[in-house]
Amino acid sequence: MTTFLKLAGAATLAASFVATAVTAETIRMGTEGAYPPYNFINDSGEIDGFEREVGDELCKRAGLECTWVTNEWDSIIPNLVSGNYDTIIAGMSITAERDEVIDFTQEYFPPDPSAYVALSGAGMDVKGGVVAAQTATIQAAYIAESGATLVEFATPEETVAAVRSGEADAVLADFAYLKPIVDASGGELTIIDDSVSIGGGVGMGVRESDGELKAKMDAAIASMKEDGTLSELIAKWFDGRMVKF
Amino acid sequence: MFEFCADPKSLDGLVWWSCYLTNGKHMAFYFSFVTVLTLLLFTVPLIMTLGFAGALARRSQIAPVRWVGWVYTSMVRGVPDIIFFLFALIALDQGIEYLRHVALCPDWAEPIRQGNDFRVCPDAKMPLGTAPQWIHEIYGFVLAAVGFGIVFGAFAANTLYGALNAVPHAQLETGVAYGMSPRQVFRRIHLPQMWIYALPGLSNLWMILIKATPLLFLLGVEDVVYWARELGGSKTAIFDYPHGDWRLGYFMVLLVFYLLLTWVSEKAFGRLTAWVSRGQATMGGTT
Repeated sequence: MTTFLKLAGAATLAASFVATAVTAETIRMGTEGAYPPYNFINDSGEIDGFEREVGDELCKRAGLECTWVTNEWDSIIPNLVSGNYDTIIAGMSITAERDEVIDFTQEYFPPDPSAYVALSGAGMDVKGGVVAAQTATIQAAYIAESGATLVEFATPEETVAAVRSGEADAVLADFAYLKPIVDASGGELTIIDDSVSIGGGVGMGVRESDGELKAKMDAAIASMKEDGTLSELIAKWFDGRMVKF
Repeated sequence: MFEFCADPKSLDGLVWWSCYLTNGKHMAFYFSFVTVLTLLLFTVPLIMTLGFAGALARRSQIAPVRWVGWVYTSMVRGVPDIIFFLFALIALDQGIEYLRHVALCPDWAEPIRQGNDFRVCPDAKMPLGTAPQWIHEIYGFVLAAVGFGIVFGAFAANTLYGALNAVPHAQLETGVAYGMSPRQVFRRIHLPQMWIYALPGLSNLWMILIKATPLLFLLGVEDVVYWARELGGSKTAIFDYPHGDWRLGYFMVLLVFYLLLTWVSEKAFGRLTAWVSRGQATMGGTT
């Protein structure tokens, strides 16, 4: 045991020297990596998407060094508060419920209405049938309250697959996520309602005790809004969508 | 990977496939097979060590040691794996960070628990926040190996405990009659004869362990199932290689992989069984 402690002590000592040598603070950015165009793993196996570009720019403006990590959606908040990474930048809508557990920066993406998508030829009544949504999303909570039968899936991809296979009558998710999928489906899928307003805007999640990081990120987001770079990035990744801040 | 892959949208047929199957994401997929096999190889010695320790503890003459063995095997076997992985390993991780925090940052004034947040000083982070991503991955991998070792070690302990008790008493008494010390009896007679009773249970454990690797993703280790799901999901035009829902194809690859692994394991266990049966007074024994 003593040798183990000595070894551990030596290792940590060596590690702390390394730590002092690095001046810029390193921030670990946590994302899901399965929600295009917000964030996804591109064909090179790297994290890519709107949030990757926004995040890298924010880090540059805030003078922080950033590394990216993926974490599955279901445990993304618990792993933030236990310190595995320092921010959540994963298309997460700001809600009062989440705000009790973590803190949010100001929004970097405006409220996006959710949409119901079903197989072509389905009527409006599918909204009351079996509806798929991703676990622990605002959409899942919305369906549970709407009286429809909710089926939850761990990834957004599976919710759409459930509609294709007939397991669910419809899927409810962010419009920006569903739109490219419907466009690429060649008429198989259709949007039956694209004006379901549920959550607030999308913000970056940080630990409640991390006020300093939150302030830095808030300032960086504000500066990106001011000089128009954020609007440009939104237009680039979201099909030319125009957003004024 | 290949030069002609520079513009994927213009490719088709075999060329498209050769580029698609060698892109960075597929390389990560292929590498995850290595990760899984490495993890299995690392865990087995740990499982057997903990298994033997648990079994011997339960057979100990000293009551407290017996209790420890009993608590370990009963408790770990009783807790669902998924809870164990989520809870015990996060607790283990935070425990390590807490100890480092106490040792490295004695001047730190802020409390560690702030509401939901677990905050140690930056120097106590394990691994350090500044460490490159591969260190984080190795650390997650080691945590996963330890987790698997603890869980499966408890099952192995029970199997070995039963096998040790199944050896006929007369065999051990004969050893004593020949003047062997208890230690010699254990090493020369008890242990070699125990294996034939333990092997079926251990081979079951091995098969379950092989299939349990998707639990790794809970710990942030990206295993074969994660990549198969990620690659198989339908891809829109935002990706270089758009395609429909190909999960079935990828899962078929996994099926073949697991079947092969099972087949090889069966062969190996068949040989092991024949080896430990030799000279045994059992139905499978040969003279």
